[in-house]
Amino acid sequence: MAEVSLTINGKQVAVTKGTTVLNAARQAGFSIPTFCDDPELSKVGACRMCVVEIPGMRNLPASCVTEAMDGMEVYTDSPAVVEARKTILELLLANHPLDCLTCGKNGECLLQDYCYQYGVGETIFTGERHTYDTEAENPFIVRDMNKCIVCGKCVRACAEIQGKNIVDFAYRGFDTKVTPAMDVPLSESECVFCGNCVAVCPTGALQEKVLRARARTWEVEKVKTTCPYCGTGCNFELNVKDGQVVGVTSCNGDVNGRALCVKGRFGYGFIHHPDRLTKPLIKKDGEFKEASWDEAIGLVADNLSRIKKDHGSGALAVLSSARCTNEENYLLQKLTRAVFGTNNIDHCARL
Amino acid sequence: MTNGIDEISGADFILAIGTNTTESHPIIGLQVKKALRKGAALAVADPRKTEVASLAQHHLQLKSGSDIALLNGLANVIINEDLYDREFVSGRTENFEALKESVAQYTPEYVQGITGVSAGVIREVARGYAGAKNGTILYTMGLTQHICGTHNVLAVANLAMLCGHIGKESSGVNPLRGQNNVQGACDMGALPNVFTGYQGVALDEARAKFAKAWDVAALAGEPGLTVGEMMDIAGKGVRGMYIMGENPVLSDPDGGHVVHALESLDFLVVQDIFLTETAALADVVLPAASFAEKDGTFTNSERRVQRVRKAVEPIGDAKADWEIIAGISTAMGYPMGYCSAEEIFDEIAALTPSYAGISYARLEEGGLQWPCPAPDHPGTTYLHKDKFVRGLGKFSPVEYIPPAEEPDQDYPLVLSTGRRHFHYHTGTMTQRTGALEEFYGEEYLEVNQNDAAKLDICDGDKVKVTSRRGSVKVQARVGDVVPEGMVFTSFHFPAVAINKLTNAQRDPVAKIPELKVCAVKVEKD
Repeated sequence: MAEVSLTINGKQVAVTKGTTVLNAARQAGFSIPTFCDDPELSKVGACRMCVVEIPGMRNLPASCVTEAMDGMEVYTDSPAVVEARKTILELLLANHPLDCLTCGKNGECLLQDYCYQYGVGETIFTGERHTYDTEAENPFIVRDMNKCIVCGKCVRACAEIQGKNIVDFAYRGFDTKVTPAMDVPLSESECVFCGNCVAVCPTGALQEKVLRARARTWEVEKVKTTCPYCGTGCNFELNVKDGQVVGVTSCNGDVNGRALCVKGRFGYGFIHHPDRLTKPLIKKDGEFKEASWDEAIGLVADNLSRIKKDHGSGALAVLSSARCTNEENYLLQKLTRAVFGTNNIDHCARL
Repeated sequence: MTNGIDEISGADFILAIGTNTTESHPIIGLQVKKALRKGAALAVADPRKTEVASLAQHHLQLKSGSDIALLNGLANVIINEDLYDREFVSGRTENFEALKESVAQYTPEYVQGITGVSAGVIREVARGYAGAKNGTILYTMGLTQHICGTHNVLAVANLAMLCGHIGKESSGVNPLRGQNNVQGACDMGALPNVFTGYQGVALDEARAKFAKAWDVAALAGEPGLTVGEMMDIAGKGVRGMYIMGENPVLSDPDGGHVVHALESLDFLVVQDIFLTETAALADVVLPAASFAEKDGTFTNSERRVQRVRKAVEPIGDAKADWEIIAGISTAMGYPMGYCSAEEIFDEIAALTPSYAGISYARLEEGGLQWPCPAPDHPGTTYLHKDKFVRGLGKFSPVEYIPPAEEPDQDYPLVLSTGRRHFHYHTGTMTQRTGALEEFYGEEYLEVNQNDAAKLDICDGDKVKVTSRRGSVKVQARVGDVVPEGMVFTSFHFPAVAINKLTNAQRDPVAKIPELKVCAVKVEKD
């Protein structure tokens, strides 16, 4: 692979030809803020936060769509660059509800992070503000288009990862809005509620309905695990607060990257459902009565032993589970073969 | 799957047969869409107009249960037009002449008569698949849940070997597994004929190895009963059953028969996280921990072993399934003193060559695809690279047979069942999420508009669907998702327990029931 050599903030850097200035800077250890850039999505240069100064180039180019060239001199934090970024943030704030105190994304918001980083607490611009109604009529996703910074990541995630093209930009100029066709709510569109748009949204415009209402971002412990539904084996993080699973967020899964489907991302509510069995049950006179573990296990062991003794090992049969772990399936076939003395074990692989 | 999931996007021809990929395996569906964006061709064989079918260049809307005829027809064209991979066939396979002879009668015109797929499309798909650099076949239960399910899979294997589309990256035969750990449950020997890693119970060596490891005098060598066979002799040969995390009352065919079978047992113990329709029939119900409350591993469709991690404590007095099993074993006089899931995994690795190189420590770095025979082995992304497990790949000639129950005057429609995007299996979990069931709260029956007109049924009407085994009431959705003569619904809703109607007739080899075809009548309720 051909290499190009350039200077970034005085540091000599060699990168593969075709690398963007943004990635070259990152490889050299310089961080550049960006809202719209994403390694999995096409490059659009929309938000302009990643502007840099390159002597000889007109204006400040967006580093995410500028290719690193031989001999290029790049400054990622020059006074002009910092000034431009502050202005961009001020312009965004001019039309952004400053309700961080109650926003579910507080603490996990790039707009907030960059405002902090660049010391932008308020805007000098005054003018019209959006007053869209919050869309919360589906049980999965809350859309607050007042918080949208029109970076277009959700549009690209829907088109380029999910392949559904449910949302796109509608209207023009200040009125530009990300919406399904005909500006209907998601629930009236063909949206499958994978939530992959939520996973890439840099602000509070798209939020997981339950998760963001139940926990502040810093209150949750995240535990990486594997999805309990189909056989794809997606990884995600269970978000835990006070001993309860309050939500699911994407992590970089081996199979799925950040992508999940509606069941993986929003189908966790069964874990703490009131119908969960919490005690062993023994049926007496046709009705279940709660029992202790010792009593229940003893009854099971006695009955299975009796049947084996009276009718032979072949009178016992076991259904293991495609929903349980490898360890549990192993142990149940061990119990069946070594203790019950039969190979009568199967599971629902055929169903 | 012979390939890894991410390899699907590298295929330039995908034949998806009997898989509603984007609904049942949404994230695998993304790989199909990625392949399409890169210019791949897609052919979907499915009687229904699914989303993935709408993305395909060729939608082969075949008659339910006619898969062998279609697959043999594709092989017929590939052989007759000399499109097959001669080098692969001569170097890596055997029994080609027998295949050639058996598919000779399956000319595209003959196959059109059986399947309803036009001869021209059969030729085009055959040419596309054979001419691809990387051809991959995806399938699920639409192919396997037939009385000829095993033969359907053999016909798929014949096609892949004929074109040399196996044993390479992005080329292979890829059954998409429907449950999080169905691959693992099979790998772990939760099957009547094998120990872990498919070591046969009939093999003296394997029995001796496991008897020694488990410290028992001897192990039974006769393969046991499959689930359907257990139900057939429940209350007679089988007197006691232990069911862990399964709901056969709703998931198995001919649900009425299953209820009767379980009720006739002397003793039934069910271990689950909810009081399922099956658990309600038990003498003892044991409360288990959900996936979020325990450690362990799942093995996915591409043979990748991945960690499941405990995030919260078990609810109430529930316990991890492995702890409950160990408790029962100990109470029956065979002490199991495991302290952790990891300890059990180490025992599995020691007894299972394909898992031998996998450990919890390695899984911290990411999942590993078996076979992974040694601690320094990177795992295996695709199978059958230079040779098949048996050496040469054997072509198995198979003949089309019609489904066990075909429509007639009394039951004039074909009922097929499957999954919906927003729900899962018998709905035990997805009906209790506070979200999925709220959004998609009622099931419906897909009815073709021409049939609806004949039956005087309008969209949204309540209808009664009846087979020889049972009936359910459900709302009709009229349209063209199903072809004329067919109706479809899912088995996710206890209120629409569609498996009361399905046919328990089984494939003689794999013992899989014919859930995809039974004869029904539909009346306005």
